[in-house]
Amino acid sequence: MIRTLLLALITAFLMVSFVSAEDENTRQFENEQQHETYRQLIKELRCPKCQNQNIADSNAPLAEDMRDRTYQMLKEGKSREEIINFMVARYGDFVHYQPPFTKVTSILWWGPLLILVIGLGTAIVLTRKKKAVAELTQEERERLEQLRKSRDE
Amino acid sequence: MTNFRWLILFGPLVLFAGLVLFLLKGLGSDPTELDSALVDDPVPQFQAQDLYDTDTTYDQSVLHNGPLLMNVWATWCPTCRAEHEFLNELASRGVPIVGLNYKDDSREKAVNWLNTLGDPYTVNLFDPEGEIAFDFGVYGAPETYFIDHKGVIRYRHVGDVNERNWSNKLQGIYQQLVEEAK
Repeated sequence: MIRTLLLALITAFLMVSFVSAEDENTRQFENEQQHETYRQLIKELRCPKCQNQNIADSNAPLAEDMRDRTYQMLKEGKSREEIINFMVARYGDFVHYQPPFTKVTSILWWGPLLILVIGLGTAIVLTRKKKAVAELTQEERERLEQLRKSRDE
Repeated sequence: MTNFRWLILFGPLVLFAGLVLFLLKGLGSDPTELDSALVDDPVPQFQAQDLYDTDTTYDQSVLHNGPLLMNVWATWCPTCRAEHEFLNELASRGVPIVGLNYKDDSREKAVNWLNTLGDPYTVNLFDPEGEIAFDFGVYGAPETYFIDHKGVIRYRHVGDVNERNWSNKLQGIYQQLVEEAK
């Protein structure tokens, strides 16, 4: 009984890993490097339909089409860059998990630094101001002295 | 000096208000609706068979005499079924719509659908492998492209077209393209 259950469980696990294995098995690569580029690309390209999945993990028909196209283009001798640019031209920057540095995305890179600079600047200015307030002028010191004396008397 | 004090007092408040507005905007937007990467680009080149007639083929020039809409649909897509009646309505109001049948189960099913539910399309393109749609950056059905009189893609709507979003937003976009063509 336990053995059958275990067997069923193992089969279920195997089925899951078959999804990507099946995709790889049906494809013929010219060399190991091409295969590696393919594996990298399908990990890096994002499925527009099933968001937050790359096209290697997704089973959506669109992800399938994109894997097919990636494979086809590699076979035609297209480079990694050419394939990424091809996908970005159709599906936008969204499709690549390494978004480019543009005017719009620059705030993500510089934002934290900017906030840090503002914070430090404010802290420095505030502490300096306090110091300045603590210093008494010669006149004030004399007056303070007088007040103290008059209280003592 | 007093100006500086005001800045320190109210600066954070202003920043906070800005942040709230920014996040509020994000709350209302649907992350599954992507802007088309092809906006302001001319329609891609293609060769397509007519849905009804295998002997007739079209190329991208059928999208050049706009302004017009290009609707991506399939019989396996329930939302396409939901919007179909409204597309018929739009066609009867004189809005030209080109249909792109996208990766359908079979040509017969698609033809049958149009025969039963009515055919709102001025031209019916057949794209069984989804290759044309791929060049348009289609990631689901239905999608509707707004193409101007020069054959440039100006807007993409994801999801069904209905009375409400047509009168709220889409009609305005279409009307603007009509104005430009004059």
